[in-house]
Amino acid sequence: MYAVNYHKPASIEDAVAAIGGAEEAKILAGGQTLLPTMKQHLAAPSDVVDVRGISGMTDIAVRGDTVTIGAAATHAAVAASSEVDTVCPALATLAAGIGDPAVRHMGTIGGSIANNDPAADYPAGLLGLGATIVTNQREIAADDFFTGMFTTALEDGEIITAVSVGKPDRAGYAKFRNPASRYAMVGVFVAQTGSGVRVAVTGAGEDGVFRHAGLEAALSSNWSSEAVDGVDVGSDGLMSDIHASADYRAHLIKVMAKRAAAAS
Amino acid sequence: MSEGIGAAVKRKEDKRFITGRGKYTDDIRMENQAYGAFVRSPHAHAEIKGIDTSAAEAMDGVIAVLNGKQLKDDAIGDIITGWAITSKDGNPMNVGAWNPMATARVRHVGEPVVIVIAESQAQARLAAEAVEVDYEELPAVAAATRALEDGAPLLHDNVPGNLIFDWEIGDEAAADAGLAGATHVTELDIVNNRLAPNAIEPRSAIAVYNDIDDHYTLYTTSQNPHVARLVLSAFYNIAPEHKLRVIAPDVGGGFGSKIYIYPEEITCLWASMKTGRSVKWTSDRSEAFMTDAHARDHVTKARMGFDADGKIVGLKVNTVANIGAYASLFATATPTYLYGTLLSGQYNIANVYCDVKAVHTNTVPVDAYRGAGRPEATYVMERLMETAAREMGMDPAELRRRNFITEFPHQTPVIMTYDAGDFHALLEKGQAAADIAGFAARKSEAASRGKLRGIGYSCYIEACGIAPSKAVGSLGAGVGLWESAEVRVNPVGTIEILTGSHAHGQGHETTFAQVVSDRFGLPMDNITIVHGDTDKVQMGMGTYGSRSGAVGMNAIVKAMDKVEAKVKKIAAHTLEASDDDIVIEDGEVKVAGTDKKMAWHEVGLAAYTAHNLPDGMEPGLKEGAFYDPTNFTFPSGTYICEVEVDPETGVVEVVQFTAADDFGTVINPMIVEGQVHGGVTQGIGQALLENVVYDEDGQLITGSYMDYCMPRADDVPSYVLEHSTTVAPSNPLGVKGCGEAGAIGSPPAVINAITDAIGNNNLTMPATPHKVWAAIQEVGLPQAAE
Ligand SMILES: Cc1cc2nc3c(=O)[nH]c(=O)nc-3n(C[C@H](O)[C@H](O)[C@H](O)COP(=O)(O)OP(=O)(O)OC[C@H]3O[C@@H](n4cnc5c(N)ncnc54)[C@H](O)[C@@H]3O)c2cc1C
Repeated sequence: MYAVNYHKPASIEDAVAAIGGAEEAKILAGGQTLLPTMKQHLAAPSDVVDVRGISGMTDIAVRGDTVTIGAAATHAAVAASSEVDTVCPALATLAAGIGDPAVRHMGTIGGSIANNDPAADYPAGLLGLGATIVTNQREIAADDFFTGMFTTALEDGEIITAVSVGKPDRAGYAKFRNPASRYAMVGVFVAQTGSGVRVAVTGAGEDGVFRHAGLEAALSSNWSSEAVDGVDVGSDGLMSDIHASADYRAHLIKVMAKRAAAAS
Repeated sequence: MSEGIGAAVKRKEDKRFITGRGKYTDDIRMENQAYGAFVRSPHAHAEIKGIDTSAAEAMDGVIAVLNGKQLKDDAIGDIITGWAITSKDGNPMNVGAWNPMATARVRHVGEPVVIVIAESQAQARLAAEAVEVDYEELPAVAAATRALEDGAPLLHDNVPGNLIFDWEIGDEAAADAGLAGATHVTELDIVNNRLAPNAIEPRSAIAVYNDIDDHYTLYTTSQNPHVARLVLSAFYNIAPEHKLRVIAPDVGGGFGSKIYIYPEEITCLWASMKTGRSVKWTSDRSEAFMTDAHARDHVTKARMGFDADGKIVGLKVNTVANIGAYASLFATATPTYLYGTLLSGQYNIANVYCDVKAVHTNTVPVDAYRGAGRPEATYVMERLMETAAREMGMDPAELRRRNFITEFPHQTPVIMTYDAGDFHALLEKGQAAADIAGFAARKSEAASRGKLRGIGYSCYIEACGIAPSKAVGSLGAGVGLWESAEVRVNPVGTIEILTGSHAHGQGHETTFAQVVSDRFGLPMDNITIVHGDTDKVQMGMGTYGSRSGAVGMNAIVKAMDKVEAKVKKIAAHTLEASDDDIVIEDGEVKVAGTDKKMAWHEVGLAAYTAHNLPDGMEPGLKEGAFYDPTNFTFPSGTYICEVEVDPETGVVEVVQFTAADDFGTVINPMIVEGQVHGGVTQGIGQALLENVVYDEDGQLITGSYMDYCMPRADDVPSYVLEHSTTVAPSNPLGVKGCGEAGAIGSPPAVINAITDAIGNNNLTMPATPHKVWAAIQEVGLPQAAE
């Protein structure tokens, strides 16, 4: 790793100032993605600004039917949160299935979605739930936030402060783990929400997480395995690599969609 | 005695390992230590047109930037292959020259080209990035079968067609005739997947040059520090042996990958002399994937013929073995004398023939790794047996029974003389422990949950305790494969055992002490094991090929014989009895049938005070021995695997794994169990998860744990272990060895179980969910699960 200046501000204002004052700043949360890339010299920021000390950043609170999760809440905290459990147990289950215990105790929800790894779990959960991503500048709907593989709607230096999720009527997540990395080779999040059925797929798409219209239509008319069976999930636009062909991923999307629906 | 042979004594060494107080090479810091970082080839095959080090040299903290030409100019030797194989046409093998750092051409991704020495590791790595190497890329080839094709890119000018040797064993005409007369022939195309060893501690070296004495010390992650010193002196011209000390302190796993003396260690020694600084280099995991010797990588065509009774009448095996860009130390022995010689398995076969073509490719060198050749042989044999049984409609256990060797010694047609074993007993024990009778019920219960349950056998035999020096010498080995030991009894009666074996996870500090404790009736606490330092132990051949028990411990026994004889003489003299009447029991030296005795430590003291020794006896109590085995040892076993396959996803769960092994005498059953657990887990890793993938251009695709899949605890079941013992007749302890068996025996059991479950035999390792799912698609779901 190259030498780097480390900041740990206590407020958003101080964080913004630290970012603004640096030659090239990177926001640091759990470091589970950023630090390995820095060690390999794939990223070389002059400064890192650790957002975990900002007040309120790790809070998880329920207001009405909505749970708001601080951006620096770890996966382990989300998995164990009774607040998350009352609003959407499927999201807690998703968090409990990320990586291994060490990763879950360091990695954060904000870091995960800011990174938007095409095989990460949270993007499927938040897109599937129609969540709102709150930053220091604005609120962004999940539908607008995930814009492609490793890319998001965030501006340079924009800090995610929280994520809020409304209570779905039902929701479920099923993940097929990549045997090596244990990220999602295919992960499907299904939810019945006030605004209809949403199905989000991660791990499979060449452009990262995406919603599947065919599966949404099928589950809207009939929330069942049989309905999923009738959907034609093609392999167009799906990834192919040493672990899985696009065809196999297409097949797994259906299997995981059924399992997610059954788990809801 | 509770700490003697056969006792499940807790491991002495674990206290320091599990409290983080082990001392590994990277934990050692020298006073004037500098750090080395290597500039490595990003290309699989390229000509080096020029190297510009000026920017790197100008950077902060940089002490020196050195290249392969400078190293060659200083007469540092090329890296050797330790075993000369003769082709079937009588010609010697052709191996390409291997410079420790590339001089003109690079032949695999990760090959070192330049070393940067700097004050800190970070500075060294930064400067390494600033070295500019001008490459002209050449076409590359990664697959061994492709490298043999006409027009394939050629790696070395002196290796036509990339063919290192075309070797054979057995009688081809006899095997052909046997097959021609067979009533049934089973034919298989077999791929033995390429593995990366992945010891938990990466390789590391600290080279310390002392210009006053012109003396070198190398701390390194080695399984055999004496062999390291030998080749560094004799072939790499670092220094004569008396001016080179090699220390292998605590080493965190080797599995074969730390047998070899790699370019990095040689370069650090030379760089230490060039710079006058201690030079430390520690591999990171990415470097390990690109430089630690890989394993396996065979492509095989095998045919086995049977008569109407299911007796094997002929076996013919043709194998292409990928050796990588350069032929590493045991690379040529592994796919020949450690492979072809085991192709008789546990079976009485008159006609066996095997041909092996060894090939250079633009990949990391391939060498011995836990099992080395024997897993590949076992996979061929046991996939053939299971497949044949299915094709002939026979019970796979019954087919094996009909062919088992039952009389010993048994001379196979492929060199080996099996000296002991009871294969029927192992199969019976395994079947009973695996509850074969209950399998049908378990299968239908699994079907009710939508799962396909399958069962598979593997009856392995392997040769370890490598090996009689004379025998291996006649087959082309460059060294003898004995072991040495010294037993030092101190004046207070405590004992130090010096051994040429090296422990890197095996627990020698415990088991070796148990052997001594057993012999003299002394508490283990009074016995210390010394190893891993060429200044303390004079010479040794190290640890690999499951040889520490079968060879290393028996050297200790031989030295103890001499100590015992002297102890008896001293006691007989003091107690006024005859030598023959003296017995050593529970730490006492007694005159049998009387109450006359001396405590063990009193004899020790008497030997050193020397006030009253028999006439002509030298003072002191210290004896050494070299033990050269008279035969290999032959561990054997029956492994039975049960899997459940999820037909929707292709996911395989190993739900039960039974291992019934014959390891001869067991010194410490707990440690032996641990060895089986580790070995079987590595075998399940090979069968289900692990695979090194290169693309067509020789780029390494599986360069990290994101893509290279190691087995984790939740990938394996709780194992069911059984033993059935025949002692090894060739050594005094009767031990056979247990370090590799698990990795040797398990892969075919797993694949046999999966192919049984899914009803499709067309499946290669690793059986990933994707491949298993595709194999199910190919044939449709078996009846029971529909
Ligand atoms: C071994 C391993 C296994 C893993 N397995 C999985 C898995 O199964 N599923 C899965 O989904 N993930 C997995 N991960 C990734 C893990 O979830 C990480 O936590 C996540 O990718 C990044 O979160 P982080 O808090 O560590 O972020 P960091 O690494 O600190 O940062 C990641 C990126 O996000 C930016 N960032 C961080 N916080 C903010 C913020 N508040 N506002 C704006 N930008 C921000 C950073 O600048 C950086 O670009 C795994 C990681 C490892 C190391």
